[in-house]
Parts: sequence; C-alpha cells; structure tokens
Amino acid sequence: MTASRFRFDTYVVGSANRLAVGAARAVAEAPGAVYNPLFIHGPSGLGKTHLLAAIGSHARQLQPSLQVEYVGFDDFVEQFHASVSAGEMETFRRRWGAVDLLLLDDVQFLTGRRELQGELLRLFNALQGTGKQVVLSSDRPPQEISDVDERLVSRLAGGLIVDIGAPDYETRLAILRAATTERNVQVATDVLETIARLQLPNVRELHGALNRVVAEQSLAGRRVTSGEVWELAGSKGVPPEVEAPRRASDGTSLGGEYASFLSDIASAVAASVEPWKSRLAEAIAYWRGEGFRTGVLERAMQLGAAPDIDALLGTFTAAVEHMRQLERHAVTVDPLLGGNEVFRDPERIDDAEALVDRALAGDTPPPGPDPAFTRQGFESAGSNQLAARAADAVVAEPGARYNPLVIHGPSGTGKTHLLHAVGNALVVSGARRVACAGAQAFIEELVGALQDGSVDRWRARYRGVDALLLDDVHFFAGTERAQEELFHLFNELHGQGRQIVFTSNVAPKDLTGLEDRLRSRLEGGLVVSMQPPERTLREALYRRWLSGWGVTADDELLRYLGERPANTAREVQGTASRLREAAAQANVTLTLGFAMETLEPQRRASLAVPRASGGIDAFLLNEEKIVWDWPDVSGRVIEELR
Amino acid sequence: MSIVNYATREITCKIVYYGAGRSGKTTNLQYIYAQVPPDRKGNMVSLATQTDRTLFFDFLPLDLGTISGFTTRFQLYTVPGQVYYQATRKLVLQGADGVVFVADSQSRQLDENIESMQDLHGNLAEHGIDARTVPLVVQYNKRDLPQELLSTIDELQDVVNFRGVPDFPADALHGPGVFETLRGISEIVLKRLSATQSTPR
Repeated sequence: MTASRFRFDTYVVGSANRLAVGAARAVAEAPGAVYNPLFIHGPSGLGKTHLLAAIGSHARQLQPSLQVEYVGFDDFVEQFHASVSAGEMETFRRRWGAVDLLLLDDVQFLTGRRELQGELLRLFNALQGTGKQVVLSSDRPPQEISDVDERLVSRLAGGLIVDIGAPDYETRLAILRAATTERNVQVATDVLETIARLQLPNVRELHGALNRVVAEQSLAGRRVTSGEVWELAGSKGVPPEVEAPRRASDGTSLGGEYASFLSDIASAVAASVEPWKSRLAEAIAYWRGEGFRTGVLERAMQLGAAPDIDALLGTFTAAVEHMRQLERHAVTVDPLLGGNEVFRDPERIDDAEALVDRALAGDTPPPGPDPAFTRQGFESAGSNQLAARAADAVVAEPGARYNPLVIHGPSGTGKTHLLHAVGNALVVSGARRVACAGAQAFIEELVGALQDGSVDRWRARYRGVDALLLDDVHFFAGTERAQEELFHLFNELHGQGRQIVFTSNVAPKDLTGLEDRLRSRLEGGLVVSMQPPERTLREALYRRWLSGWGVTADDELLRYLGERPANTAREVQGTASRLREAAAQANVTLTLGFAMETLEPQRRASLAVPRASGGIDAFLLNEEKIVWDWPDVSGRVIEELR
Repeated sequence: MSIVNYATREITCKIVYYGAGRSGKTTNLQYIYAQVPPDRKGNMVSLATQTDRTLFFDFLPLDLGTISGFTTRFQLYTVPGQVYYQATRKLVLQGADGVVFVADSQSRQLDENIESMQDLHGNLAEHGIDARTVPLVVQYNKRDLPQELLSTIDELQDVVNFRGVPDFPADALHGPGVFETLRGISEIVLKRLSATQSTPR
C-alpha cells in the first residue's frame, strides 16, 4: 500500500518532524546502509504511515528493482496466522526473507504476541544479516511497548529511533496549503489561517476541518469566510488566544493600530476583572481547551467573594490528573473506553471509577458455576476420593496448594459435577467472581468476540476472575488463538495466585494437539484421575440417590445393586431412577426381589431365592456375560452325536 | 444586556456611534473594519441607501479573542443620522454600554450637532438612562478639512461637550483619531466593569 499521494514531496516538513524526515530520506536513498532499523514513533495522525510509504515509493523510484514491502501490522499478523494454519510457515519465511526494504506499520500491537515476536525476531535477523532495510512505526518508543521479548526490543532499538511531534502553527498552515494545492480547491488565505490556528491535535483532524470547509463551499456554492470556520470545525480544537503566534508578525503592518488597541483593551480588561476571576477564567479556558468540563470552576466564578483560588485550582488539577489515570487504566481493559465522556468531567470521579470497575469486571460477568452441583451432592468413595480431597483442599486454600488442579477421567464419572461443586464452594467461601465454563463455550465466546472485535473486553472479563474453572479442556486441542488466549490467561491468573481447575477426558500428558507450553502448565499443579465407579462407590451412590428420593433400601439390596457393573456414575443414577419409578408404578416398596425382577426379568425364575449371605457372584448376575436361553438344545445335542 | 457574563466568561460591549447625519459615523466603523486582521474579521453589516447613506444602522462585531480568560467582543453600532429615523436611533441605543458622539467639525453643521446631542439625551431619557451616567466620549470629526470651514475645538466643546467628557479630534476618512476614540470609550466602559460586575443591566 504505497499510495501514490504518500510521497516525500507531499510531506510537509516542520520542526517537529524534521529529524524523522531526514532519517527517512537517508534510508530511502541507501536502504540497509544507514540507520537499520529505523524506528519512527509518535502519536496517531501525525504522518507515520505517510512517511513509511514515502520511504517505499522514493526507494522504489531510485531503484526500481528493489523489493519493497509495506505492511500494516494487522495484515502481517493475518498473513502469519494464515501461514501457520495452512502449515506453510516456510513459504511465509521465504516470502518475507526475500524483501529488500520492509516497512512495518503500527508495531505497538506486538504486545503479548509471543509467537509473532519470535517470528519477527527471526525475520529481522535474517533481513539485517543480509543487509536488508527494516523501517518500523509505532505510537510509542520500543521500550514502552509492553510484553515484548527483550531481544526483540533491543533489535527494534538497535538502529535509529526518531519521533514525530505535533506540527506548529506555520507547519499546520503549510500542510493546509499543500492540501488545497494537491486537491486543487480554492480556500481563502484567512480561512486557512483560521483553521491552522484551531490547534487541532493532529494532521488528520486538520485535514478533517479543511474537508468540512471545502465541502461547505462546494455544497453551498460560496466561499466560506474565516468567521465561519470555528462553527464548521464543530468547535474542535482550542479557540484562538490573544497571544496567538501570528500576532507579532501582522501587528506591525495592517493591524498595527488594531494590535495596539487590542493590547490596551487587554490591560483594561485585566485591570477591571478581579485577579482571581481572571485566573479562574484562564484556568477554565485552558482546561476546556484540553477537553475537560469545568463546571466547578464555572460555579466558583459566580461566587460573590474570592474562594481559596490556589486550593480550588489545585484540587481541580489533581482531579483531572486522577481522571487521566483512570482513563489510561480503563483503556488497558477496554480500548473503546478511551475518550469516554465521563473521563472529561472531574466532577464525575465516582462515575468514572464505577466505569473502570465495570470495565474491569467486564460488561457481563463470565459464566459461573451451576448451583445444582454441590459438594454435598458429590459422593466421594473409593476411586474418586483423591479427586474429591484435592477439590476440598482447593476450596480450603484457593490458589495456594494445588494450582492448577487438573481432574481427568472418562466421561460420566462426575468431573463436571466436582468442578461446579468447587466453583460453588469458592463462591460460598467469598470468591467474588468465579468463572466456570465448558471449554467449548469458552472457545465459542472467543470466536464471537473476534467476530465483533471485542476480544479485549472478552479477555478482560476472564482476567478479572478470582478463580477459573474450565471443563473439558481437551476441546482446546488443535485450536490456535484459543490456546494462546488460554496460555496468557493462565499466566495472568496463576501469577496472581488465582485458583485454576481444569477437567479433561484424558491426562494432560496424553492430550494431543495441545501446545507443550500449555500442557506443561497443566501438569505443573496436581493431576488427579477419576475412574469408573467401583463397587463401594456404586453402593454409596445408590444409597445416596435412593435415600435422597425417600426410598428405603436395605443393605442387601444395596449390595446387590453395587455388584451390578456400571461404567459411569450417570449409569448408576439411571438405574436407581428406573427402579424408583418402577416401584412407584407398581406401588410396592423397593426390595431386592423387585429390583431383580425389574432389572433382570429373565432371571427371576431361576434365581428367585437369593443366597443367605455373601451375595451372589456378580458374574452370574451379569446378563451380558451369561447365556440364559439356549436355543434348541436338543437339536444341537443330536447334531453333535451324529 | 450583561457586559460581563461570568457563567460563559464573556465580555460584551455594545458601543453606539451617535451623531448628526453625514458626520462620519459609518466612516469610523469602516476604518476600524479595515484595520482588523483578516482572521479576526466578522462581517460588517451595513444597510445603506443607494446614495450610501445609512438607512438603518451599521453593525461591526469585533472579536478581540480571549483576554484574561474572557472571550471579549465589542459590538459597534451606528445610528442613522437623519432626523426622520428617530425610532431606529432609539432602538439601536437600547442596551448600549457606551456612546461615541461624532460631531461634524464644519462650522455650518454646528446646529445639527447640537440638535443631535439633544436627541441623544432625549432618547437616553426615554430608555430611563441619565445621560450624565452613561459612558460617553465625543469625537470632532473631519479635522482634515480646511481650517476656514471648521469650528475650533473650543467652540465645539462649548456646544456638545459642556459636561467635559473625554474628546478626540479625528479624521475618520484617513484614520487619525479613530482608534483613539474607540480606545477612549472602551476604557471608560471597561472601568465600569469593576463597579457593575455581574449585575445584569
């Protein structure tokens, strides 16, 4: 994207960007020979992209054979991800390694993207090793891009770092003139001067103001006057001050008399307005220019007597500073909150704090544990005792003993129940936000957030929890972004001592398709398994459910039921439920006989009388393992006799 | 109108140029207008007849920018001098913070000057304003004309400035005295700020 209008000759040079432009030119004229890499940083809208593109087009003009690549960081990430998922990393590396001049825009988005950083590091090494040029732009210097590999930071900072600042009045005027010439539109000189004087924070907004004037002219078919600019610009920017930079220059010629009149009036006003009011008014004008509401000061202005003006202004300044901090904080959670109205009104500190809190918590809390699954409702005996004890320990000391706790075992063994039970117990013991979700739901949410561009908010939602309980983490196998997110989330929570519990259908070491860095973290805490219920647990489960439904069951019956094989607790529950319903329908109490009749109707005749003690050999009770009905026995005997 | 609005931090001064027909009130405004740097220029509104006489009034807004935190605006008006525009004069005079009386220095216009001054007093009285309290300066215009056509300053002072308000000789066509007059009236008006702060008038 080296748009043809982004050239050096369309780039207006002022004192705030002279160094950057000089370096850019040097790089364009001799790629790889001087500053490598060249790192250009400065606030948004001041022409970093323009400069990058200008380097590209100029270099290409000088050496048409030069392989120049301009790429926005997002595009780069996109291509990187595409190559990874297509398994074409080598192609990706070859493609970018062959570039002679790489122009990478907006690298501040490197934050937290570890794999990408690794890839970039490799790419930079490859390019610089062969004398290829790299130019980067960012809204902040390399050292201030957070969560970036030290080695990469030192690479980024290894060449020349230049910054671009906001243009001064003369530069702004020159930019406007260049824009009108380029677009071949006629705008009166005084109108341009007035726009330049609006002190808009960046060039993009300056162009915006000019656009409105030009649009007004072409739509209304008339020349816009300087008096209308203020209105057209939508009261953006700072109103012209008396001490505007131009006054001195035109004060001598045309406006000489006017200027001296003005300065007399200024002293007359200053003499007539009480000093405190004047200070207040100046503070109001300043803070309004900075975009803050000044209600407090405006009300003070109307007081009859002078307030403690130093204290008032001091408090106000402190409040503004606090607001700025809050805003910075909020932006880290949800970038969309930047520029929110609330942060502009120092009287609404409470609202702003609430907003930040809400943002921290996320708009909607992450899904919590299902209250139906309680620890009391979880029968622990035999094969699941270890898991249950580990869960109890986690509840007793969240984040301290077993972190993470990974519970694995076949489906239906009660992992989900135990997970939610832990969640509920944590809530009871005072955890404010417990996220308890299935991995699939978690991944779904992430995809949804990616779709509507709210990943930051989604991430913040989970990073603000006191405990993270994820069910069925084996569903993360084969995912990319979800694993990356989980990895960062894990590190964040684990670092803060927040409890993490996972369940999985296989042990972490057997989880295929899970990145090693994630697997190793899963194994770093306690891994416990849950097995299909064995006899003791089955008996206990039957006792719990039947008695829970108010059905009395004697030991004999329970022993009989416990002997019946079952692969999952769910199966046990199903059998118990079946018996209860059958008994209720027949309107009889549940006895061993009734149970046997219901569960094994064919066997009733032969095994009607149970043995006195010790129970029946479980093998004999298993319908699947014993052939009860031999077809046509006599026929077969005769057959064999022949 | 309130001269200082602390709520909006604005100072607005309405100054009316008063005087007989053809004494040079509009010329004063035009000269001022020509001196204003382009970026500070508002639109001068002039409703004139075909013979360039002020039919209704002239209006020149002067945006002085922010002074001591106050957005300061001067609004300069002229009244039509001709006798039969009595109602317009009275209307324009309403809410004036200061008045510049422009006298024609030509001796043959002496009576017109006197008549106009009386008219000013009468109109102020009708607005319930004591002419002795309203900020007022006098300008003796057309001092560039040949001496033999002019009344002396003393003569003019006797007939139109018997109260001894600040007065300024001027040549509105070429500029001398124009800004001195405006500065004179502005300073008196602004001096009254401290006395009348935030009291609506």
